[in-house]
Amino acid sequence: MILATLQHLGQRGMQVFERLGRASILLSRILGGIHTLVPRFSLFIHQIHSVGVLSLVIIVVSGVFVGMVLGLQGYNTLVDFGAEESLGVVVSLSLVRELGPVVSALLFAGRAGSALTAEIGLMKATEQLSAMEMMAVDPVHRVLAPRFFAGLFSMPLLAAIFSAVGVLGGFFVGVGLLGVDDGAYWSQMQAKVDFYDDIMNGVIKSIAFGWVVTWIAVFEGYDAVPTSEGVSRATTRTVVYSSLAVLGLDFILTALMFGD
Amino acid sequence: MSDNNNDIIVRIRNLSFSRGSRRIFDDIDIDIRRGSVTSIMGPSGTGKTTLLRLIGGQLRPDAGQIFFDGEEVTGASRRRLFELRKRMGMLFQNGALLTDMDVYDNVAFPLREHTDLPESMIRDLVLMKLEAVGLRGARHLMPAELSGGMARRVALARAIALDPMMIMYDEPFTGQDPISMGVLVRLIREVNDSLGLTSVLVSHDIDEASAISDHIYLLSGGKVVAQGGAEELRNSASEWAQQFMQGLPDGPVPFHYPASSFRDDLLSGGEGERP
Amino acid sequence: MTTRTTEIWVGIFVAAGLASLFMLAMKVSNLSAFSGDEGYTIYARFEDASGLKVRSPVTMGGVRIGRVTDIRFDPQQLVAMVTMRIEKQYDTLPVDSSASIYTAGLLGEKYIGLEPGAGGGCEDADLEAELEAELGGGGPADAGAGEDAGDCQSGYLKEGSVIKLTQDSLVLEKLIGQFVSQFLTSKEEGGGDAAPQGGAQ
Repeated sequence: MILATLQHLGQRGMQVFERLGRASILLSRILGGIHTLVPRFSLFIHQIHSVGVLSLVIIVVSGVFVGMVLGLQGYNTLVDFGAEESLGVVVSLSLVRELGPVVSALLFAGRAGSALTAEIGLMKATEQLSAMEMMAVDPVHRVLAPRFFAGLFSMPLLAAIFSAVGVLGGFFVGVGLLGVDDGAYWSQMQAKVDFYDDIMNGVIKSIAFGWVVTWIAVFEGYDAVPTSEGVSRATTRTVVYSSLAVLGLDFILTALMFGD
Repeated sequence: MSDNNNDIIVRIRNLSFSRGSRRIFDDIDIDIRRGSVTSIMGPSGTGKTTLLRLIGGQLRPDAGQIFFDGEEVTGASRRRLFELRKRMGMLFQNGALLTDMDVYDNVAFPLREHTDLPESMIRDLVLMKLEAVGLRGARHLMPAELSGGMARRVALARAIALDPMMIMYDEPFTGQDPISMGVLVRLIREVNDSLGLTSVLVSHDIDEASAISDHIYLLSGGKVVAQGGAEELRNSASEWAQQFMQGLPDGPVPFHYPASSFRDDLLSGGEGERP
Repeated sequence: MTTRTTEIWVGIFVAAGLASLFMLAMKVSNLSAFSGDEGYTIYARFEDASGLKVRSPVTMGGVRIGRVTDIRFDPQQLVAMVTMRIEKQYDTLPVDSSASIYTAGLLGEKYIGLEPGAGGGCEDADLEAELEAELGGGGPADAGAGEDAGDCQSGYLKEGSVIKLTQDSLVLEKLIGQFVSQFLTSKEEGGGDAAPQGGAQ
């Protein structure tokens, strides 16, 4: 009984390593195909459209609301200390350091990551990827690489848009509705938010998140069991794994960047 | 390949392949002659499609060798394999058209990927191939708007876009109404003869396949159980050939899935069920 | 969707992303306040620079004129060596300026405040240093006077200058400790009875 459990655990462990290995090999093939992006630049543009532009609405709407909530909550806390001038600092630091990269990555995983997996998985299930291979076209270069790099490219932009509209949302609530001083909101923010330490680190975070999310999404699609059930499971896995990966990676990166 | 005579385009020697613990091919030899239409037939689940994937190099055999046009497919590098594949076309069961492009772009796809031809020349070639399958007028339709038979014809146009030496058809007749079946049967033979191709068909539609095949291989249980021309097989003494060609329910391929005796099973009263 | 529309949308997306980054850089962060790398570096030694951080502001008259770029321990003199970058346009700071570490608000962050000297030469600075030392409130003036004697002539702080007059950061615990011990000694002197335990250093 115990032996069987151990054996089962061992098998599961080997499966994890096997999948990780396959995912890494796939990643190296995608990265190795970066030069094939040049003749297929229009594909890359199209993928930015479906990965980035189509995520824009959800990112902007969420960003505004998250900023507004931060403004409201921050104000209620700060006003007790008579420090409501620092509202801009609270809103902007939370956004550029954490919420911007993390929340937009989570939304990105749900919106674009799942779509990527489903699309690639369906292409596999309908033998489109096999057909490409038989036409001597490498689907990793033709299908996966443009999607991967489009995700990598779009994620920091989406996170920046999220943070920017969030700061504006906080401004709207704090200054427009709650009466925080206009000048104090911006000047306190500028005094406390550092371009390199805060904004650039946020950008680095979002690039890292874009990397993991699209990597997982592309791999799950490519590795999906080519049936309708397999594709739906792969899509679920993409959202779950990439959300967990984003949160875990965020902890590591935060510890590295703001640890001291 | 000391004994390579130029007449044979695909040469399979001592091929063995298994999936998991299941043996799909067990030491088989197959030769496909240049310019012929060859059918690989057999009951469902005998790995006929797998054979095409092995020839195309998408799968690697456990043992044995496959040569295409004098070059070894098994063990070829990825780059080499891609070069070989430019000389072979493959028609998947449901066409496998790229769903995000229309018919025209689908046929143009291999040309755009592999050649630097100007767009005007690509247009001429695409229209030519589409005309050959009778779908020039459907060039602006999306794959989702095509019927199954039309999708296969578009896929055929795409497969011949690069003027390959050989086309492999994976179950081209399944799920077709009699008209589109007839169209496909005629097309396969016509395309083969007019373009000087070699065709390999995987099918279990005996009448259609034997109508256009020069040579037929019968596979069962991982072995080649019979081979020859259509007439030859019909008149063959082999029980396999007889059962398959005439569609008899029982014979060397048993009607019953292997089980303990029916009497024992009934009398046991379900005790032995799922221990 | 035609290729053209797609491309336009991608263009809008990229422009919006870059605009957001630009806004974060200019409006939200302090990048706009940085006039690039233009400026000059000055040094000051503090006995106690606790609470001061790299990028802490350097102010004069309450206006930020530069930033702390480096804080390290000087093993020879056993004090903290603080490097500051002063913006280029503020090139007329008198050489006898003094540097103090202040706290913004009661619990706020530390910053360096520069105050112009009396306008005198080096003698005044030395005098002040002695005075400072006698008062004992802060650290004594920087002892390495010889290495930057040239500053006395120019009259202004410039690249590589060392501020001699420095005032350490106020550490709340030390302050309280000092207060308590002073209170105790004054009581003892006044013939008071046994002091309560605990507060003394």
